[in-house]
Amino acid sequence: MADTAATGDERVKEIPAWRRALIRPELGGICGAVLVFAFFLLTAFDSGMFAPQGIMNWTIVSAQFMIIAVGACLLMIAGEFDLSVGSMIGFAGMMIAVFGVVLGWPMWMAILITFALCLAIGAINGFIVIKTGLPSFIVTLAFLFILRGFTIYIPQTIESKTIIGGIRDAAEGDWLAPIFGGKIGQGLFQWMGDVGMIETFTRGNRAGQPVIDGLPMLVVWAIILIVFGHVLLTRTRFGNWIFASGGDAEAARNSGVPVNKVKVLMFMFTAFCATVFALCQVMEFGSAGADRGLLKEFEAIIAVVIGGALLTGGYGSVIGAALGALIFGVVQQGLFFAGVESSLFRVFLGVILLGAVVLNTYIRRMITGER
Amino acid sequence: MNSRTEHAPIIRMKNIEKHFGSVIALAGVSVDVYPGECHCLLGDNGAGKSTFIKTMSGVHQPTKGEIIFEGAPMHFDDPRDAIAAGIATVHQHLAMIPLMSVSRNFFMGNEPTKKRFGIPFFDHEYADRVTMEEMRKMGINLRGPDQAVGTLSGGERQTVAISRAVHFGAKVLILDEPTSALGVRQTSNVLATIDRVRKQDIAVVFITHNVRHAMAVGDRFTVLNRGQTLGTAQRGQITPDELQDMMAGGQELATLEGSLGGTV
Repeated sequence: MADTAATGDERVKEIPAWRRALIRPELGGICGAVLVFAFFLLTAFDSGMFAPQGIMNWTIVSAQFMIIAVGACLLMIAGEFDLSVGSMIGFAGMMIAVFGVVLGWPMWMAILITFALCLAIGAINGFIVIKTGLPSFIVTLAFLFILRGFTIYIPQTIESKTIIGGIRDAAEGDWLAPIFGGKIGQGLFQWMGDVGMIETFTRGNRAGQPVIDGLPMLVVWAIILIVFGHVLLTRTRFGNWIFASGGDAEAARNSGVPVNKVKVLMFMFTAFCATVFALCQVMEFGSAGADRGLLKEFEAIIAVVIGGALLTGGYGSVIGAALGALIFGVVQQGLFFAGVESSLFRVFLGVILLGAVVLNTYIRRMITGER
Repeated sequence: MNSRTEHAPIIRMKNIEKHFGSVIALAGVSVDVYPGECHCLLGDNGAGKSTFIKTMSGVHQPTKGEIIFEGAPMHFDDPRDAIAAGIATVHQHLAMIPLMSVSRNFFMGNEPTKKRFGIPFFDHEYADRVTMEEMRKMGINLRGPDQAVGTLSGGERQTVAISRAVHFGAKVLILDEPTSALGVRQTSNVLATIDRVRKQDIAVVFITHNVRHAMAVGDRFTVLNRGQTLGTAQRGQITPDELQDMMAGGQELATLEGSLGGTV
């Protein structure tokens, strides 16, 4: 042993730099994002996609994906899925409408109670998964239907309709609602308009105002959640527990990691992200609909997988997931700007998902020594 | 042979019984373990080795019997209690997470933190430095602290797990079949590691069903058979053949062994 210590193991080859780079989980996301931007810069540059309004358009769509992708990413790294994210978005929005509009509670109270309710449902998801040992796929699939069912049943029963409006009026003057529905940086955008960096309206009652009047809180939330998720995952001991819980729950437990607590908290965090998404959406639309958030759970999972996370848990990156969401948003809106039939977006999704999973499997083999 | 056995045992398992429903897994097993010894626990599959060490490490609570740790009766509610007291277990397959780096694995569950703006962050710098040092001591050359555990060999993984337990202050180190899945060279590395650990006055409980591995490093040997102990023997007082016979419960293997020419 002493001689091997002195000389190193001659059978271990130096790993080339490019392969080292390849085993970073973000790599797929970075390459994908570069390719997607290059593609649309070449094909849709004149369409207004890269004018300020166009940029704001795909930024908002990407930010929506990012918010739910961060939650799904941390949960997937912790070794679980949540298929109830989309239903949770619909449910949370509907609860805001029921509490704030139908029951007429102050908006801040409606928001806080909705958060409490949704976090509790996230915790129930988590508890069922860890207590029964059932795959989270099945448990959350059940909640996909349960929550969607209630989201349709409740407004049908009390209002005889599936869309409840009037949220914007109910939120008027509330102190908490602008955190989800407001905009920031109006002054900066006004200044940018004044100095000609972005266009201003030349006619109508908004003449002189910039075409973009502020950064929606949706985008701010996306940035906050990405930074929070990334720091939590890579720079804290809790982050190490997330990796460990998903990598091998039994080994983690043997080392004293509170695996069950980590998993339940991640289910709650996913529910939190879904609720943030729902709040931003109802504040923007001013209404809650029973069909909101449909298929969002799959889109979140796809964004996370494009971002380099393994479906089996234990490996992934929040930055990667955010890039996956960016690719999503840019392509979805880009196809619109490029005038391509929008159904092709689904084709693109399927193809890129398959490609990402194949690449991830290859990377996994590389990390674990190609065995 | 071992002067340390004259000291007080660090852990005494007295008449431990463990029943699972109608099954009696342990029917009164007594074992003393002394600091600085390698105590081999031998037994065939189903002999009760696993149940016994799980009782020692707090996974199971004994149905009857007493655990005396450092002279005082102890009751472990869960493995965390045992770990906190200084009883660490290294499991054969369940010690390391292949996808995580060596340094993240090394500090798993014991992450060092450094406060910045009042928030405790994972101190990667410290973790990386300590991991590299400890690995060098054990004779493992890492490419870097961020190397994934998946790239290490089975023996190296065991060694990382053992040095991790020692670093975090284990007084009793339970090794659950650390060599059963390893090749010859890797086995000898692990056995060398056990020897190093023993010399630091740590009590090693080495579970195996391989008599040769036990004889290579063991100071004392306890054989379990069908939930009972057949006594503890000192090194030098017993031959490998006798151990083998005790494990198998006597005659059957003796006749079988004859026909196989002593290769078992």
